[in-house]
Amino acid sequence: MSGHVSPKSMYFTIFGALMFFTALTVGVAFVDLGHLNFPVALAIAITKATLVILFFMHVIHSSRLTKLIVATGFFFLLILFGLTMTDYLTRGIQPNGQKGSMITQH
Amino acid sequence: MTTPAYPELNYLNATHGIRSWLLTKDHKRIALLYLISVTVFFGLGGMFAGLIRLELTTPAGDLLAADTYNKMFTMHGIVMIFFFLIPSIPAILGNFLIPIMIGAKDLAFPRINLLSWYIYIIGGSFTLYAIVVGGVDTGWTFYTPYSTSASNTNVLPTGIGIFITGFSSILTGLNFIVTIHRMRAPGLTWFRLPLFVWAHYATSLIQILGTPVVAITVLMLAAERAFGIGIFNPALGGDPVLFQHLFWFYSHPAVYIMILPAMGVISELVACFSRKPIFGYSFVAFSSLAIAVFGFLVWAHHMFVAGISPYAAMVFSFLSFAVAIPSAVKTFNWAATMYKGAIWLASPMIFVFGFLGLFTIGGLTGLFLASLGTDIHIHDTYFVVAHFHYIMVGGAIMGYLAGIHFYWPKITGRMYPEAWAKFSALAVFVGFNLTFFPQFILGYMGMPRRYHTYPPEFQVLNVLSSAGATILAVGYSIPLIYLLWSLKYGKVAGNNPWGATGLEWKTQSPPLTENFTETPIVTEEPYDYARQGAHVG
Ligand SMILES: [Cu+2]
Repeated sequence: MSGHVSPKSMYFTIFGALMFFTALTVGVAFVDLGHLNFPVALAIAITKATLVILFFMHVIHSSRLTKLIVATGFFFLLILFGLTMTDYLTRGIQPNGQKGSMITQH
Repeated sequence: MTTPAYPELNYLNATHGIRSWLLTKDHKRIALLYLISVTVFFGLGGMFAGLIRLELTTPAGDLLAADTYNKMFTMHGIVMIFFFLIPSIPAILGNFLIPIMIGAKDLAFPRINLLSWYIYIIGGSFTLYAIVVGGVDTGWTFYTPYSTSASNTNVLPTGIGIFITGFSSILTGLNFIVTIHRMRAPGLTWFRLPLFVWAHYATSLIQILGTPVVAITVLMLAAERAFGIGIFNPALGGDPVLFQHLFWFYSHPAVYIMILPAMGVISELVACFSRKPIFGYSFVAFSSLAIAVFGFLVWAHHMFVAGISPYAAMVFSFLSFAVAIPSAVKTFNWAATMYKGAIWLASPMIFVFGFLGLFTIGGLTGLFLASLGTDIHIHDTYFVVAHFHYIMVGGAIMGYLAGIHFYWPKITGRMYPEAWAKFSALAVFVGFNLTFFPQFILGYMGMPRRYHTYPPEFQVLNVLSSAGATILAVGYSIPLIYLLWSLKYGKVAGNNPWGATGLEWKTQSPPLTENFTETPIVTEEPYDYARQGAHVG
């Protein structure tokens, strides 16, 4: 609500960056990075989302309350992912601490 | 006491004609639009419940075929949860009262408020369409892979209906949060807010943070069902337990969307009818926020036998026990408020007592289900059905009825017949217990939910339950009659028939379209019943 007006050049710069990362995503898809395939794709996606939120959605020039609200949203996403992972990452571990014979996913 | 005059000019007669209602931006009129539509859905959901109870009076499946029965309990759940319980208190009482309670002319976004009602109606129409063209049989939980690859009923239109209606809930929550932050009257600090407003603030947080998750989950379900995109179906490389994680991430907190506003109503009424300030105001206020946040950390208690890891089960069991604490804080504070109070047994207070008893039983039996060992025995039995009905019907609907009765004079400017209201409260309480208490026993004895037949030895308890449902239906129907009757013949209520504190009782009943003639300035602490003096009435 600060009434901050961003110059058009900013929008084009960010647009360019998003296009660059899109091309990078496509490019990386042709290179087999082994275990890193997924983390790299995710890192690029997160970078792009951050750019959109900060600049296109004007969060970078918004009040602290708005920033807090945005952060809260991501905090809840973290809860969703984090607590779900308490399940997926511990499948097959028995309460006695030993690896059981339970069928693990994937 | 002289009879007060009915105010000549008010929000009900400010403008005329159907257009003035369907295009209104007045939060009070929108609340009434919600009241009418939500009541229609309640009737529909109740009809499905009636058919379920009728089928279960005999052990054989003689009234409804198995697949028809599946559709009945599915549609009962969907209609009651998404179209009655979730909008009931926030969209009706919250909509009507929050601006008045904080001394504002309207909500922050009146047009968005109206939009939320239209979205609700559009979503409701999709679901009604699904019901009319043959219904849906997945259970209100839409578990995969049944819902995506096996059920041949109307899963998609129902899902779309729920997806759309979710946005109505999000917009209401957004509106409340902005309104509470930005539009409080001068002097109305956060800690002078009525606890009803705190409860709705917490509810709004859940609506905004949780509803998008269920919307996306339903969308993924639709993508798998319609286009065969493998997300949940193991045959397509998906994981069915993931659906349960995502679904319950919203649907457990959704229980708090239903119960928190009811708790807000109870806080107002307990203070008013005990003629005492609420005991531990800040504890009651912050327990609402605690419920909203911690309510998001317990969802997998619905999945203990679904194949989640023993470690995750222990984490979620512990957290589920922890979430009982803020609810207990509220209950103890209400009891402490009533202690040595001058209790006035007016009809809304009878509903409050009903709430306190039933919610306590509902909450405590939740702990049975949160225990890992016990849950294996009673999971998916009638014990669970009884438990959540004690919370959602015994708690949320009791709170809703308490609120409707308490604020009816403010909404309409007229009183209802007090004796009939007391009779209705009693009928609901007796009927409710007769319906659902036997289900605890049935579940403990091992009767599973969602079957249209059962062994003959379960019949007595099932007949008791069905008989109770009849009394419950009477208890719910009587208010419909006398409240409508009161619109024309009810005694004129005056500004403050209960002698209650709060800005909403300082303005006329029914209020003007702009609520107040001039912006009120708040100088009092909340629930200042010591200064208010002896009881009115
Ligand atoms: Cu739950």
